[in-house]
Amino acid sequence: MKVEQISIFIENKSGRLAEVTQVIGEAGVNIRALSLADTSDFGILRLIVDKTDHAKSVLKEHGFTVNKTEVVAAEVPDRPLGLHSILSILDSARINVEYMYAFVERCGQNAVIIFRFDNPDEAIEVLTRNGITILSGERVSNM
Amino acid sequence: MKAMKNGGRIWDPVSECLGREELELLQFTRLRDTLERVWRSVPCYQQKFRQAGIVPQDVRSLADLSRLPFTTKEDLRLNYPYGMFAVPLREVVRIHSSSGTTGKPTVVGYNRQDLQTWTELVARFMTAAGVTEDDIVHIAFGYGLFTGAFGLHYGAERIGASVIPMSSGNTDKQIMIMQDYRSTVLVSTPSYALTLADRMEKMGIGPESLSLKVGLFGAEPWSEEMRRELETRLGIVATDNFGLSEVMGPGVAGECLYKGGMHLFEDHFIPEIIDPDTGEVLPPGSVGELVITSITKEAFPVVRYRTRDITRLDYTPCSCGRTFVRMAKTMGRTDDMLIIKGVNVFPTQIEEILFQVEGCEPHYLLVVDREGAMDVLEVQVEVNEAIFFDEMKKQRAFVDLLEKRLFSTLGVGARVKLVEPSSMPRHEGKAQRVIDRRKL
Repeated sequence: MKVEQISIFIENKSGRLAEVTQVIGEAGVNIRALSLADTSDFGILRLIVDKTDHAKSVLKEHGFTVNKTEVVAAEVPDRPLGLHSILSILDSARINVEYMYAFVERCGQNAVIIFRFDNPDEAIEVLTRNGITILSGERVSNM
Repeated sequence: MKAMKNGGRIWDPVSECLGREELELLQFTRLRDTLERVWRSVPCYQQKFRQAGIVPQDVRSLADLSRLPFTTKEDLRLNYPYGMFAVPLREVVRIHSSSGTTGKPTVVGYNRQDLQTWTELVARFMTAAGVTEDDIVHIAFGYGLFTGAFGLHYGAERIGASVIPMSSGNTDKQIMIMQDYRSTVLVSTPSYALTLADRMEKMGIGPESLSLKVGLFGAEPWSEEMRRELETRLGIVATDNFGLSEVMGPGVAGECLYKGGMHLFEDHFIPEIIDPDTGEVLPPGSVGELVITSITKEAFPVVRYRTRDITRLDYTPCSCGRTFVRMAKTMGRTDDMLIIKGVNVFPTQIEEILFQVEGCEPHYLLVVDREGAMDVLEVQVEVNEAIFFDEMKKQRAFVDLLEKRLFSTLGVGARVKLVEPSSMPRHEGKAQRVIDRRKL
């Protein structure tokens, strides 16, 4: 039940982000979710797309450094304390979140939180046990 | 000591004002003696001379010096640590070292006589710069394996000046001590002197509140513009001096108050200027690589050592009365060595560090710049999948690890910047590894 994500190293200079979106856009890849972490020198762009392997290979062809990682997509009700309910479960199970980002489903009352864990299997087990819905890669790609 | 009409003194007028003929006779005698000694006691030299088909007895005039093979930093590296010493270790009383082209440094040794010679020669150029027994000499070179601080320290003591062994760093304290102890002579790298000037300006301290009158700057190349700036901002006479640890340290050459080049102490060192590509000796006045043969050193003599420094020698007489040839400020290097904050850095050292980090490929570029008065070294490293992590924490930790290793090996801080692959200029043949943006 893990979701594939690609991470791209981006030097902090103008136009680089647009180059990524152009390369994958022209390859017919659609972005589902994204997050950007940055420092003054460089950034790490994380993307969940509908065609992960294709996106990775076209980006590599264009000289980008790309890694594929596995993240966990959890569904929460889109209401106050929705996110908090998940975080408190993780906290009481002492599961560390490396990073996370969120997006809201197009139709419906739910939000999707993308988590990066050191040990995703353990996290999935804990979250499922506590009644949280974990989304498959296919679900996320087809949203 | 003899007072000259311009007020400048000469520490050892008998030696420093020798006539050319007399000097050359002395040089030849000392050269032959040095060659006999290295032939007997340093296997590396014996082997090199044999390969060149020459024995010390074949050297019948100073002109024959050019028939001898060169000695390079590579020879010193291959004989690390003590292979080039010409006396037993028990006779050695001091060891210094400088950075090597790769992980291992270059080791040099001095016996009692060498330390005495060194001290005398430093006293010569300090006197030439106007230092006397009435001065308070503030030494802001780092004390340690580096020859700068100890060399100047003992030379100043020999003159009879009061020495403050301040060492480097802690700029505010340096300024306080210069003010309170009334330092009259500043010994440092020229870039550190600028840092002091900058800091003083920020603190609202003008040169008139200091007692400084002379600056002795060395260990890195600097320009005439920088000299003018230092002289105005610190209210001093700024002089240059030259030396390298493989040859002795500071005290190979130094400027007099006419500042028309550094008098190279030819009664102890024979300089040659060669074409760095062909190795041929160039006619007087040519610009080329400086090659030095030491002719009085006992523990660590060097025969035709290639300094890799580019300069010119001026044999015309100097108004100060010294007869020794004057060496121009160094104009660059024939290898890719960088001098950063007075510390020698070779790109190969950095390459080696990168190689040791798992997944790191040696695609790197060194960018040297000057921020304010300080040199800054940036090491740009191309990212690849093995060293790219999608977690910022790990990516930062990787950069920190590289920075720590660079600092511990180079002895000077470097900033690591990760860049995208293929962003380095790639050339046919030799890759461009260094961009030096400092305006020297």
